[in-house]
Order: sequence, then C-alpha cells, then structure tokens
Amino acid sequence: MNKPIRTLAIGCLVLFALLLFNVNYVQVFKAGDLNADARNTRARNAECSRERGPILVGGNAVARSLPSDDSLKFQRKYSQPLLYAPVTGFFSCIYGTSQVENSQNSILSGSDSRLFVNRIIGLVGNNQPQGGSVLLTINPKAQQAASHGLDALPGATRGAVVALDPDTGAILAMVSSPSYDPNRIATHDVSAATKSWKALSTSPDKKMLNRATAEIYPPGSTFKLVTAAAALSNGYTPQTMVKGGTGLDLPQSTDVLHNENGSDCGGNQITLTQALVVSCNVSFGDLGLKLGATTLQDQAERFGFNEDPINELTSATSQFPSGIDEPSTALSAIGQFDVAASPLQMAMVAAGIANAGDVMRPYVVQEMRSPDLTVLNKAEPQVLAHAVSSSVADDLTQMMVDVVDAGTGLQAQIPGVSVAGKTGTANSSAAKSPYAWMVGFAPADDPQVAVAVLIERTGVARSDITGGGLAGPIAADVMKAVINR
Amino acid sequence: MSSPVGARRHLVSSFVPRKRRGAELFLLFLALAVGVSSYALVGLGTEDAVPTDILEYGGGLVALALVSHVVVRVTAPYADPVILPAVVALNGIGLAMIRRIDIARHAADHGAHLYATQQLVWTALSVAGFVATMLVIRDHRRLQSFTYTMGLAALVLLILPLVPGIGVQINGARIWIRLAGLSFQPGEIAKICLALFFAGYLVVKRDALALAGRRFLVVDLPRGRDLGPILAMWLVSLGVLVFQRDLGSSLLFFGLFVVLLYVATERASWLVVGGLLFTAGAYAGYLSFGHVQTRVNGWLHPYDHYQQYYQIIQGQYGLAYGGIIGRGWGEGSPQITPYAWSDFIGTSLGEELGLTGLMAIILIYGLIVERGFRTALVCRDPFGKLLSAGLAVAIALQVFVVLGGVTDLIPLTGLTTPFLSYGGSSLIANWIILALILRISDHARQPVPDLRLPAADDETQVVKLR
Repeated sequence: MNKPIRTLAIGCLVLFALLLFNVNYVQVFKAGDLNADARNTRARNAECSRERGPILVGGNAVARSLPSDDSLKFQRKYSQPLLYAPVTGFFSCIYGTSQVENSQNSILSGSDSRLFVNRIIGLVGNNQPQGGSVLLTINPKAQQAASHGLDALPGATRGAVVALDPDTGAILAMVSSPSYDPNRIATHDVSAATKSWKALSTSPDKKMLNRATAEIYPPGSTFKLVTAAAALSNGYTPQTMVKGGTGLDLPQSTDVLHNENGSDCGGNQITLTQALVVSCNVSFGDLGLKLGATTLQDQAERFGFNEDPINELTSATSQFPSGIDEPSTALSAIGQFDVAASPLQMAMVAAGIANAGDVMRPYVVQEMRSPDLTVLNKAEPQVLAHAVSSSVADDLTQMMVDVVDAGTGLQAQIPGVSVAGKTGTANSSAAKSPYAWMVGFAPADDPQVAVAVLIERTGVARSDITGGGLAGPIAADVMKAVINR
Repeated sequence: MSSPVGARRHLVSSFVPRKRRGAELFLLFLALAVGVSSYALVGLGTEDAVPTDILEYGGGLVALALVSHVVVRVTAPYADPVILPAVVALNGIGLAMIRRIDIARHAADHGAHLYATQQLVWTALSVAGFVATMLVIRDHRRLQSFTYTMGLAALVLLILPLVPGIGVQINGARIWIRLAGLSFQPGEIAKICLALFFAGYLVVKRDALALAGRRFLVVDLPRGRDLGPILAMWLVSLGVLVFQRDLGSSLLFFGLFVVLLYVATERASWLVVGGLLFTAGAYAGYLSFGHVQTRVNGWLHPYDHYQQYYQIIQGQYGLAYGGIIGRGWGEGSPQITPYAWSDFIGTSLGEELGLTGLMAIILIYGLIVERGFRTALVCRDPFGKLLSAGLAVAIALQVFVVLGGVTDLIPLTGLTTPFLSYGGSSLIANWIILALILRISDHARQPVPDLRLPAADDETQVVKLR
C-alpha cells in the first residue's frame, strides 16, 4: 500500500502548493487592486485615521486634517471650501479622493517613497506616519478676484476662470462655478456624507465638475488668436490685407458665413489687425481656407490642443479635429464646428503669446514638503511647446493690445496698464445661450499674468451676452489682483 | 553503506526506532512560545498592554500541552515527536486570534458574545478527549473489530441533525444538534467514525476489490457488484449535500472514501471512477440547488454582487490589507469579515500576520499531514496504514477546502479550519484524530519485536495460553 500512499502524499503536496500559490497571488499580486477598491473600507479607514498633510495656499492651509474624537482619529477640513474645491478636490473615507487630494495622495498620506525615512521613524516610535504638505501655486488674491467676478454675475452662473504665470505655467487662479463644499463629503457622518454625495452627483449644475480643466467648450472668437498665429507664421504681417465684407461663401455648400450683427468689418479688404480688433468672422474664415486645415491643426497643437495639458488635476483634452473638409475648416478657424477647448487651454494660448511664443506646461503644485518641512520637490517649469516665434508673438501682442484699447475688449482695460486680450462669443446650439469668453494677459510689455474667463450660462438676456461685456471685467479684476493694481 | 536510492527504497526496513520525546518537549516549548506570545501581542496591539489574564491563559495552555506530552511519553513513547507541537502551535494561534476578534467585537458592541474563554474550555475538553483516547486505545488494531459499529455510528451521527427537536439549522446548514443547551456538530465525530469504518472495511475487502474486474481502455474497471460500496458512499455524500446543505462535509466524506479505496486496492481506477462520480454529483448539485450555484458564483464573480458575497470580498480585502508582512496582532480590522473567528479565521490570520504568517500556518498543516503519511508508510499493519493515511487525507482535504474557500481559490464551503477555528466539536474531533495518529505512529515506530525463537533452553519457557 506504500505506493498509493506516496502518490497521495504528492497529491496533498499539490493541494498545499495551490493554497500557497493562491495566498501569494491574493496578498501580493492582487493586493494593490484590492486595496485601491473604493469599497474596501480597511485601506480607506487606515488612510482616514492617518494625519494627512495639509494643502497650502500662500501661508494658509486650505485643507488639513484635525484630530477628531471618533474612531477615525482625524477629520479632513477645508477652510475656504467653495473657493478652493475645484483645485483641492475632496478627501472622503467613503468616496475616495479627487483633484490635488488625489494626484498628491502619496505625499499627503505619507506613503510616498520620499517619506520613507519618516515612516521608519514613525514605526520605531510606534506613531502613525504623518503626511507631507503640498504648497499650491495659487495666488489667493487672484483666486478671490476670480471667484467674486463670477459670483457677481446675476442669476445661477456656470463658468470658470484660469490665470497662469506665462513665464512658468504656474496656475495663479482656478475657479469653477458653481462650486461645492468638500467638507460635506469628507465628514465621518456616513449618512450625511452619502446624502451630500448623492445630491452633488445628481445635480444638473455638475458642481463637482472643474469647468476650468475638465470640460471643453467651443472657444469661438478667442480661437482667432490661433488662426492669426498660423497666418503670421506663414508670411502674413499685421498689416497684410485680408478679406473683409459681410459674408464668406463657404465652398462646397450654399452656406454663407456672416459676422456678428451683420457688420462688414470696416471694408472689403482690411488689415489683419483690424480683422482681429473687430473679430471679423469673414476674414478669419477666409484665412482658415487659405491656410488649410493641416496648418491650423498644427498651430493649434503647438498651443497644446489634442493633448492632456496637466496631470495634477482631472482634465479634458482640448480638440482640434483632423481631416476636415473646407467648410468645416472655415468654421474651425473661428473656433466653431468641432473645435473645443477648456478654459485652461485658452489661458495657455494667451500665456504662450505672452511668453514670446513658448507655451509652458501648466502646474498647480509648487512644492512638496515632508512633515518636518524639508522641501522634497520643487516645481520645475517646462516648455510644453514652441507655439510661435518671438516676433510673431510680439505682433500678436500688439494686435491684442489694440483689441482691448479700441476693439471688442474695452471692458478688460486696466487704468495705467497695457492689456492684451481677445473676446469670444461662441454658439453651441440654437437652444442654448452663447458662451462668453475673454482671454488676455497683462502688462502687455512685461506679462505677469495670462487669464481665460468663460461664462457658460448666466442670468443675462441672450442679446446682452458678449465676451467682452461679461467676461472682460472679470479678466481685468484677476489681472489687477496679480499685478497689484 | 547504501546509496541514497537504496536508502529510500528501504525506508521502512531501515527505519531506526527512536523515542525522540526530548525533541517533542523542545518543539512543544517553541509552540507554546508562539501561542502565548501571540496572546500577549494581541493585548499590546489592541489595548497597549499585556492582557491581565496572560498568566492564567498562558499557564492553562502550558499545562494542557504538558499534560498531553506526559501522556504521550507514558503511553506512546515512540510516537512521532512533531505532530503534537504543531497542533499546540495552531491551537495557540487560533486562541489568540479568537481573543483578538473578541476584543474588537466587544469594543463595537459591549453585549457581543465572546468566544475566547469558551474556546480555552473547549481546548481543555479536547485535551481530555486526547488523553482519554490515548489511555483507552492502547492498540489501534483493536478498533478494527468495531468496523461496522463505527459505520453505523457515523450514519446515526450524520442523521442526528435531521431529527426534529434536536437538530437545528444555522446559517442555512442543518449540521448542528442542540442538547441541554449545548450545540454540537456530530459530523465532526462522524468523520472519525467514517475513517475507522472505511479502514476496517477496506482491509477486509481489498483483495476482492483489487483483483476482480476487467480492463477497459487503459483503466482496470472494478466488477459491477464491487461498485456497491462506492455508490453507497456517493449516495450518503449526496444525502449530506441535499438534506444538510453541507457542501464541505459531503466533499470530505466522499473524497476520504475514494482515496482510501485507492490506497487499499492500489488501483488508480478507483480515483477515476470516484472523480467521475464527484463531477457528476457536483454538476447535478450545481444544477439542482440554489445554494450550490450561489457558492460557485461567489467564487467566480464575487465583486459583481457586493452585498451577497460580502464575506468572501471582505476576506479578500483583509488578505490584501495584510500584504506580505501583515498588519500585526491587533492592528488590522479582521472583525469586518463575518465569522472572522470561525470559518474565516484563515483570512483574519492572513490580515494580521500577513502572507508570511499565513504561509507558515499552511506549512504547519503540511507538516502534520506529511507526518500522518509517514506514519502510514512506516506502519506495519494494513489497518493502521489505511487509518493513518485516511486521517492525514482528511486533514489535508479539510484544510484545502476551507482555506481554499476563504481565499477564493475554490468555491466557499462551510468547514472549520482544524485546530484554529472557534468550535468545540471540531476541536475535540481533531484532537482525537491527533491521538489516533500518535497511537498508530507509536506502534509503527516501535522496535520490531524479536520473533525469533530462543536458541536453547526452551524447556524453561512458560507459555501462557490465554
């Protein structure tokens, strides 16, 4: 009987080997996924009961963990919730994390490899490891100005403001309206958190959507900056005469492209500058046809289109379609058809022009520090793309100054400061009111701030919605806040 | 000097009998160190202090282990020295984990029923059962004369939970009886009776089962009338599955029988026949019974139905949270998983002791099973061989079915983790199994009695004729 017993012993060895193999699979290979599962309360509770590092703006913590008297030990608190929620996001024991709370989680929670020594010290002292802090690039005054600007509009406003430092790409302000209170999701009171979460995720306003980066809109006339950049880079000058008049017959169709209010842009032949100053659809539609879809797409991509611009925040990729026919090319040249951009993307267009043609990669995290305030990482500005030459950038700047000084962007003027800008009023559909845009930068001779303002919807009569009128003053206020005027 | 191959071939005949009780005592102290320090660490991990009852608890465990050791030393001096320490280590770890879950459950609900003290009492009763078995059964071969009694006893024990009045249904399975306020799982004892019955029956019938039959394709098929017993056992197992809804025991009983049939007859065809019958039964069970389908779905796609498969999912989360080195005693949240102190004690240990600890525990089981097989190999009588092989297989199958179930390797079935899980019936039964293996092992490892006739003066021999 010994032979079958030996065989059985081998059989049992196989069974035990299977058990060992399986626990290795679950506890090592599958463990990461299982711990990341949103329903896994163990990992979440462990993270919840840790002292998470603060998120700082200027010298103030806009998000920090305070001791709580329940079993989770620490409660995440947001000091200016509505103002900073689009950037900080939320940290919830039930619903996970978003935005900076999400992208910087390893530093904030203390699990980052750069905090390894801290963890070891904590382990020896039998203390829970403390998280590191994250300093944002946000300028609190600019953030306030942007928020006030949107709040001051009548009615239930949906909109977003982005301000960039053109030299570095640092995000100086990022506001999305309507905003939400992350404290209500972060609370340890499960039923209250669940209620708030349900209300927020089903609200038609999409309050948790950061409209500044995570949504794309037709950029309308602000996109004429890209078309103008393509023209100037392809032999045109600001004084080159381009087609004006009241209408442009679109090829391959019977449609005619008109100007806003049916104007003739000041003549049948006007300068490129004049075309931009009055935001002439006919001129830019015709330019688009002359330059061609490929040239426009190439220029748009060199400003950052068709690429995810930032990974610290939830972001949508701005689009310029490829392989389009001629009528679509003409429409795309004036920022309609399938062209769609996030407010961040349009701020990058302004910032690229302001920074002598170099578009910097936008970022919102300035510094990461360990709990003992050692700097772990400092943001290093990177060039995302060379959009235009510096001389083209200079020409575009002058043209944009003319827009604000004498064109559609009068409302963006700042006394004593030369402001460069471009307005936009983009139609989405006949049923919806148009989107009001303003992009620009200041001071024009030494740019310190580039902004993009988008009003998606507000309580103003449809006929009164213009980019300059609604978005212009907000852009001016944000720029003033940065340059201290 | 014999070559290594030669040495292996003559493993049985070249076996040198040694008592090794000192080795057992040394290993026992290691095992007790594991058990008692686990208990202390549970206190440190949960309440930042060594438990106040560490002396009573530790003293109790040490006393029980030493009693077992002394009994083995006296009644089974040649018994295998590794099995008892391995069991004591598992029992100690189980007690510590049950206490740890108690503390967490008490913190959440001050009225929660606590299990650890009860389990210590069960451990004492189990050791008593162990000692009694060792003292009463001085020669395992005498058990062979109770073959059919054991078969009958097993059937009665299996039917008991179905008897109205004393049988109770807990969590869907009707495998419990309640008498005088005490719940008991007769199936655990039935397991031992069945092993005894199978071994006794097959020792007698092995030749008929092995030699008669005809060859079909590549396997030797048994005669039709020899199929009777296996079919009967198959029906009993299906009965357990149908009437008691106890998937695990059903699989265990049938597996045990098929495997012993194979050992007794040395014919692999029984494994083929048994495998086919198992597959057919399992498939029919899957088609006919909702609870079998539920188990299979929970195994394949637990995450599709979070609420329904909450337990298995939480077990997985616990294992993942434990990772490679574990959270440490008292530092995890094993109490989230339902039945973390009984069926799911495996994942609780995986969470707090990590992959490292769980693998060590699986290896301890492997050691026990291996020692059981070694006993079977060395044993000189066929009944002892079959019985110890059967008991080893029973432990191996049960460990595989329950640990494989809770770690989502195979569909989850309700079985206790031997020596670890909370539960009196299981603990007592497994300690009795331990006693039986040690008894056979003592017999097997004894020096072969010198049967040669003395050369001279046989006139002076007094021969006792009963």
